[in-house]
Amino acid sequence: MIPFDYQRAADGASAVATVTRRPGAAFLGGGTNLVDHMKLGVADPDLLVDVTRLPYDAIEQLPGGGVRIGATVRNSDLAADPLIRSRYPVLSEALLAGASGQLRNLATTGGNLLQRTRCVYFQDVTTPCNKRQPGAGCSAIDGWTRNHAILGASEHCVATHPSDMAVAMAALDAAVVVLGADGERSIPLVDFHRLPGDEPQRDTVLEHGELITAVDVPALGFAVRSAYRKVRDRASYAFALVSVAAALDIDGGVVRDGRVALGGVAHKPWRATRAEERLRGAPADDATFAAAADAELAQARPLRDNGFKVAMARNTLVAVLRDLAARDQGTKDRP
Amino acid sequence: MQAQITLSVDGEQRSLTIDTRTTLLDALRERLGVTSPKKGCDHGQCGACTVLLDGRRANTCLALAVAHDGARITTAAGLEDGDNLHPLQQAFIDHDGFQCGYCTPGQICSAVGMLDEFEAGHPSHVTQDPTGPQQLDDDEIRERMSGNLCRCGAYANIVAAIRAVAP
Repeated sequence: MIPFDYQRAADGASAVATVTRRPGAAFLGGGTNLVDHMKLGVADPDLLVDVTRLPYDAIEQLPGGGVRIGATVRNSDLAADPLIRSRYPVLSEALLAGASGQLRNLATTGGNLLQRTRCVYFQDVTTPCNKRQPGAGCSAIDGWTRNHAILGASEHCVATHPSDMAVAMAALDAAVVVLGADGERSIPLVDFHRLPGDEPQRDTVLEHGELITAVDVPALGFAVRSAYRKVRDRASYAFALVSVAAALDIDGGVVRDGRVALGGVAHKPWRATRAEERLRGAPADDATFAAAADAELAQARPLRDNGFKVAMARNTLVAVLRDLAARDQGTKDRP
Repeated sequence: MQAQITLSVDGEQRSLTIDTRTTLLDALRERLGVTSPKKGCDHGQCGACTVLLDGRRANTCLALAVAHDGARITTAAGLEDGDNLHPLQQAFIDHDGFQCGYCTPGQICSAVGMLDEFEAGHPSHVTQDPTGPQQLDDDEIRERMSGNLCRCGAYANIVAAIRAVAP
């Protein structure tokens, strides 16, 4: 780890100003990913501006029924929040599916969005990686690709985004509130993370120095009927091979509306708009759910070792939608 | 870069000057001689370094000491009440919840924090009841303790020890 300066931010604006004018500076949240990267040599900031004590630690109701989640709210507190659990169970379930109890106590909302891929080549500084070192080449494409992307990848990068929380937020049409040198802006979560294209080093659309202050989740009445399911190599404490976040609005056996996002399959949380289109107005049955999944996954381009993810994503999506539909018909048991 | 910090460690105020690169784990072990939290993986994957940080369980290997100036830390060694072992410490002995013992301080701190989270009504990944967990059964214990690995594989007895203390 290279030597670095440390400052505790006094307020958001000064933290932004400090990091903006120093190219090597970074914000420090819970540190559970950044500190690891500093140990591994993946990240080498020369100044850490600690934002964990800034007043962004509240979960507040917004006018109109939405919720504002402060950027420094810890993952464990967000998962346990009564408002989140009752209105957006998919979000609480996604958080609880990620990391471990002691990591969730440290990890923040903003930091969770900004965590980086667990692609083994990205984390191993002895192997070329376009994300770590633009232009170096991608070791994964011709390497071990079991955990890699099946949607939206490029010839430069096939990494996946590791967050569970962000997948739920993508399904919920959340927006990321960002403070920059020129003031505040709000970025739809589905546009916040990028596909790799020819700039895989950029995970998000944030400019250097921009600070996440909150995530806004709009009102979505039918999100009370939502769920997150994660498929992984062991029962707990592992990253997703595939995950599904979904909410269903069913009326008289017909899908009125739905929200679907996939995790573990792309460089960003994958909002499944094609699946949603197939769901709207269709009978809430297995044939519809399968057609919706197939519509989304028709664009999948699996790599040598991850063809199983296509079937796994399809089947997991169908299973989640089936469970949500069953719940609607009076079966209140959760999956 | 150097920084001056003060930590409360198992009830004792400790002030020290550290390099900003120092993790909380290294500050405790290498600088303060507090060797109860263990260094296993040093990457947040094994949980051997778990302590109670301001009352909540946390991995100290991924926490920078400078960022936790003023923190109150309780290690497994600080859980005793006088000469009396903490009920979880006694339960680990009674149920043989270890073999080599290296992961044990982290397991015990994690279990203390986990039981507090359960008491506060926190759900887990396996909680079926949407209103919150009602009972800390073995599935709940295993899920909530999944951040603590035991290479000896003493899990069956670790679960039994925690079950004995759980409400």
